[in-house]
Amino acid sequence: RDRRERHRSKSRDGTRGDKSVTIQAPGEPLLDNESTRGDERDDNWGETTTVVTGTSEHSISHDDLTRITKDMEDSAHLDCSRHLGVALGAALALLAFLTPLAFLLLPQLLWREELEPCGTPCEGLFISVAFKLLILLLGSWALFFRRPKAFFPRVFVFRALLMVLVFLLVVSYWLFYGVRILDSRDRDYRGVVQFAVSLVDALLFVHYLAVVLLELRQLAVRSADGPSRFYNVGHLSIQRAAVWILENYYHDFPVYNPALLNLPKSVLSKKMSGFKVYSLGEENSTNNSTGQSRAVIAAAARRRDNSHNEFYYEEAEHERRVRKRRARLVVAVEEAFTHIKRLQEEDQKNPREIMDPREAAQAIFASMARAMQKYLRTTKQQPYHTMESILQHLEFCITHDMTPKAFLERYLVAGPTIQYHKDRWLAKQWTLVSEEPVTNGLKDGVVFVLKRQDFSLVVSTKKIPFFKLSEEFVDPKSHKFIMRLQSETSV
Amino acid sequence: LLSFPFQQRIEIHKLRQGDNLILGFSIGGGIDQDPTQNPFSEDKTDKGIYVTRVTEGGPAQVAGLQIGDKIMQVNGWDMTMVTHDQARKRLTKRNEEVVRLLVTRQSLQKAVQQSMMS
Repeated sequence: RDRRERHRSKSRDGTRGDKSVTIQAPGEPLLDNESTRGDERDDNWGETTTVVTGTSEHSISHDDLTRITKDMEDSAHLDCSRHLGVALGAALALLAFLTPLAFLLLPQLLWREELEPCGTPCEGLFISVAFKLLILLLGSWALFFRRPKAFFPRVFVFRALLMVLVFLLVVSYWLFYGVRILDSRDRDYRGVVQFAVSLVDALLFVHYLAVVLLELRQLAVRSADGPSRFYNVGHLSIQRAAVWILENYYHDFPVYNPALLNLPKSVLSKKMSGFKVYSLGEENSTNNSTGQSRAVIAAAARRRDNSHNEFYYEEAEHERRVRKRRARLVVAVEEAFTHIKRLQEEDQKNPREIMDPREAAQAIFASMARAMQKYLRTTKQQPYHTMESILQHLEFCITHDMTPKAFLERYLVAGPTIQYHKDRWLAKQWTLVSEEPVTNGLKDGVVFVLKRQDFSLVVSTKKIPFFKLSEEFVDPKSHKFIMRLQSETSV
Repeated sequence: LLSFPFQQRIEIHKLRQGDNLILGFSIGGGIDQDPTQNPFSEDKTDKGIYVTRVTEGGPAQVAGLQIGDKIMQVNGWDMTMVTHDQARKRLTKRNEEVVRLLVTRQSLQKAVQQSMMS
């Protein structure tokens, strides 16, 4: 079943359907995914995330996806094609760049004696060619050859189109050149130069076309456990938009805390008390089971369900507890900070009492440790902050003369993912799931999902309404007022 | 049981000015107007006719009409549910020289006006 699934996904590459693509930062090895998941974790994941899968007759389960992405064969093959694409582009660009120079130089080299002398207009044209080529060079570098932030396993339609265009342009120019000029050994050098200039102009225009093809649309982002953000994004292909979103995800979204996701078990367990269904009368073995289960579900739904009540009280209690602990923590930290101060020049202290930031941090950490620990435990943040990390942060704050509030901010507010220790939270392995081929452009209503092991980002696109801004001039002297008590009539 | 604040009957004798008979005050309000704009009404949904201005020395002032009075009746015609224009017409009938108004006055308003006029 394994191999068949994999084979199917490979053969489906060219057709519409469920596409999954690995996004990987260049040069990093694939992270190890846990492909074995406990039963209860699976359930919760199903509850809280929404996944968009395409309408294909074979649906791939999550496990299959992770297995597919671990396939080393695939990744090696994709690496090759990426380099090929870049190399091809570079070669074409080089060719396009050198062609005008060749046009200019060949007559000089081949039949210099026969050429008519060409005065100032030529020189002007030479200068313009030089500058235009320089601009082209800079522009191409800016647009195409900056280091890609992520690796796209597919050829861009857009870039491919451009390359084809450039190729055709250059080829046709060479053709004309070969036939009209080389063969007949045209004497008019100025004509040749103008010909070369026209080629450079054409290349510049193609470049301009490339720039113009990026215009504006909008993007909205949702996350699995709640927080959502809205982003403005240009007219990108789906995969590029996905990468862009991931970058922003790391610094915009608060870190994902699986512990906070689920209802406390005590509240949920009461729901699942069993129902015994007694069927009276005829026993029809085939439809009995479904009928029975349906009856159980209906009965369970109709029964007076008080679990929401308990949930409410539980939450209120939890809130109160958190606030109490937080208050204790704040007080403890403030007090702790008053124990140390920066050494001034005029203070006379013997060297034994002078501490460097690390020691100072350790000294005051003891007085706030307990409060901190209790608070973190209540807010279920303790996996994110080891003692070492807290000490480091404290040291950092002391060094920079920060207030206790600044020190605490990191713990009181769930910060963006990028704030936390890199190893743990910055996994680079994401999976992109989308109904449409991922090189398609973003359209209104496109939805795709960026998945990691335990949560996913659902992204939906909306088009910004087209703004029509009109201008109206207001004369400052025109601001006049009268008292108005409705209409007033004098009788 | 509604409690009526101070009610009064006021008889105004119109003054002839040229071709017109004038009363010497201005009205605001009406069922076609915005009641929230009325500074004199206690209840901001009250769409009744209110006296918004009283001309100095005019017939209305002489008769005892005060700014902020709500006109309930004019010569027996009800004024609590009329449009602004209807109210004006009822007050400015050309064949009437005397109009008898039934007005109510908030006692608080009275105190305020007295302090305003002094």
